[in-house]
Amino acid sequence: MKILVVEDDRDAAAYVQKALREEGHVVDQAFDGLDGYALAREGNYDVLIVDRMLPKLDGLSLVRSLREQEVQTPVLFLSALGQVDDRVKGLRAGGDDYLTKPYAFSELLARIEVLARRRSGGTSREETVYQVGDLELDRLSRRVTRAGQTLDLQPREFRLLEYMMRHAGQVVTRTMLLENVWDYHFDPQTNVIDVHVSRLRGKIDKGFDRPLLQTVRGAGYVIRDGAR
Amino acid sequence: MTALGKLVRTTAFRLTLAYALVFAIISAGVLGYVAWNGRRLVEQGMRETVDAEVNGLIDQFRAGGGAGGIRRLVASVEQRTRRPGSSLYLLTTFVGEALAGNVARLPTSVLTSAGENFDTPYERLDDPEGVTHHAYVRVILLPGGFRLVVGRDLAELNSLGQAVKRAFLLGLVILTVFGLVGGFFVARRVLARIDSMTESANAIMAGELATRLPLEGSNDELDRLAASLNAMLDRIGALLSGLKEVSDNIAHDLKTPLTRLRSGAEEALRSAKLPQDYRQALERTIEESDQLISVFNALLMIARAEGGRVVENMAQFDAAEIARSVVELYEPIADEAGVSLSVEAPGSLQAHGNRELAGQALANLVDNALKYARGGEKGQAESAAEVQVSARANGDGTTEVCVSDHGPGIPEADRERVLERFVRLEGSRTRPGFGLGLSLAHAVMRLHGGSLRLEDNHPGLRATLCFPPPLAGATT
Repeated sequence: MKILVVEDDRDAAAYVQKALREEGHVVDQAFDGLDGYALAREGNYDVLIVDRMLPKLDGLSLVRSLREQEVQTPVLFLSALGQVDDRVKGLRAGGDDYLTKPYAFSELLARIEVLARRRSGGTSREETVYQVGDLELDRLSRRVTRAGQTLDLQPREFRLLEYMMRHAGQVVTRTMLLENVWDYHFDPQTNVIDVHVSRLRGKIDKGFDRPLLQTVRGAGYVIRDGAR
Repeated sequence: MTALGKLVRTTAFRLTLAYALVFAIISAGVLGYVAWNGRRLVEQGMRETVDAEVNGLIDQFRAGGGAGGIRRLVASVEQRTRRPGSSLYLLTTFVGEALAGNVARLPTSVLTSAGENFDTPYERLDDPEGVTHHAYVRVILLPGGFRLVVGRDLAELNSLGQAVKRAFLLGLVILTVFGLVGGFFVARRVLARIDSMTESANAIMAGELATRLPLEGSNDELDRLAASLNAMLDRIGALLSGLKEVSDNIAHDLKTPLTRLRSGAEEALRSAKLPQDYRQALERTIEESDQLISVFNALLMIARAEGGRVVENMAQFDAAEIARSVVELYEPIADEAGVSLSVEAPGSLQAHGNRELAGQALANLVDNALKYARGGEKGQAESAAEVQVSARANGDGTTEVCVSDHGPGIPEADRERVLERFVRLEGSRTRPGFGLGLSLAHAVMRLHGGSLRLEDNHPGLRATLCFPPPLAGATT
C-alpha cells in the first residue's frame, strides 16, 4: 500500500513511517500543507494521513482543495482536537476518518487498511453474501449459517458480524466497532464492546473446531478462516 | 509623596479650590457692580444738590440787581456757610480776592474757567493750613468779573468706595480661608477612606484574600463602590477556590495512575528476565496510559462544556433511540454482572442537542448504575439488582431520560458534590473509575441548556437527564 503522511512533527512522522514500513507499506512524508498537497495530487496514493494543524496550509484546507480537484484518495485526519465538532468539521471537509492524538498505532493501522480496501474495492460491499470459511452471512435474508447450520443472532449481533465480515481478514478495533455498529464515538468506561464480541463469538464459534473470530492482542478483532 | 502633596493632589481638594475661585470671581463682579452703581447715584445726587444751590444763589443775585445783587449774594453765602454740612462756597472778585465762603484755597486753573470740576483739591478755612480735601465744584462767572464757586466735599463718596473695597477684600479672605479649610477637611476625609481602600486592596494582593474593603454604612458613592468591589472579590474568591479545588483534585487524582504507571515500568526494569515479561510490562504501561488519555479527554470535554462553548452540531435527535441503543450497548455487561437492565422508551422522542454527547452522558449514567446496582446496604438482596432506563416527553416540551437503580444511592447532602470532578464518595473508592462520569454528564446537560437531576429512588438513585424543548426556529 502506498501511503502519504502529512505531519509537521518530524518525530511523530518518523515513528509512523517506520511502523508502517514494518507493516510492508510504502510511505512518503510531507512536513507542511503545501508539500502535502503537491505530493497528494501527483503521487498515486492509497491513503493520505493528514494532520489538522500544518504550517503553510492547514489540513482541512488541504483536503478541501484536493476534493475540489477531484482527488478522491481516502483521507484519515490526525488531530489533537478531538471534540465532537472538530471531528464533524474534518469529515465535512472531505476526510474519511478521524483519529485523535494520542492514538494507538494499531488503531491507525486498522483504520487505514479499511480505508484503502474500501477504495480498491477489495471486499465488494455490494455482495449480498459474505463468506468466511464455512460461515455465511446473507445480507438480504439476514440469515447467518455456519457449516449449513442456521445461527440465531440478535439484530445488533447481526450488524456486528456483518461489519466484521465485510472487513474479513482485517483487524477492526473496538472504537471502529462502536462507531460503525452503534454510531457512537465516545470511549465507553467499561469494555462493553469486548462483551458483545465474546457473545457473538459464543454463537458463531462455539461447537466448531476452527475459531473464526480471533482477538488480536492490543489491537482488536479479526474474522478470518484459520490460517492466513 | 508628602502628606500635603498627596492632599493637594486629591480630586476633592482641587474641586474645592476651583469652586472657591469661581465664587471669588462672581462675588467680585457683584460687589464691583454695586459699588459702581452706588457711586453713580451718589454723584448724581451731588450734582443735583449743587445745581439747586447754584440756582438759589443766582436768584438772590438777580433779585438784588447790580451792586445790591453782590451784597445780597455775599450775605446769602455767609449764611449758608454757617450751616453744618459738606457744602463749599466761595465768592471772589475778578482778581481772585475772596469776598465770602468757607474755602481757603482753590487751584487758580479751576477758578478761572467756568464749569464742572471733579476731584478738585482745596483747603478749608476752618481747618489748619495744609490739610487738603477733595471736592466736586462748579464755577459760575457773574457779571462784573465776580466768580461764584459751589461744591461738595468728596469724603462721603470716597468713604463709600473704601467701604466697598474693604468688604470685597474681607469677603475674598473669608472665602479663601473657608474654601481651603473646607477643601482640606473634605479631601482629608475622602483621602482617608480611599487610603484605607488602597490598603485593603494591597493586603488582598499580598495574599490576604479574605480581606474586604471597609464600609461606613453611609451608602454614599464610596460606600457603594466598596460594596460592589467586595461583591466582585467574593465572586472571584468563589471562582478561585473552585478552580483551586479542581486543580488540586486533578493533580492528586492523576498522580495515582501516573504512580502506578511509573512503578509498573520500574518493577519491570528491576525484575523482568524474559522478553515476554518486558512485553507484558509494556502492554500494561500502554493500557494505563490509555486510561490516562481517556481521563484527559473527559476533563477536556467537561472544561469545554463548562466554558459554555456552543457545540455547532446541535440538531434534532431521538432521545428514545438513544435510550434503547445505550441500553442495548450495556445489556451484555449487565447480563454478566447479573443485573437486569430494562428500557422503556417507546417510539421516538425528538429533542434538540447532540446525539453523540447525549449518548455519552446516558452511557455514563448507565455505567454508574450498573456498577452500583448491587451495592444496596440493606439486605443485599439479589432481586434489588436491576437498572431501569426510561425516556419520556413532558407536557412542557422537555424530554427526560431517566436511569434508576436500587443501589446505595447518593445521600442528599452529597448530590451537589458528586457532580464535581473527581469526587468519589466513600465506598466507591474501591471500584474502578475516576469520578468523572457524573461531572461529564452534568457538563453535557449544561451545554444543552438542560439539567442533570439526582433523586432518591427509595432505595437507590434516580438520575434524570432533562433536555430543554427545541428552540423555535432552531437551526438544525
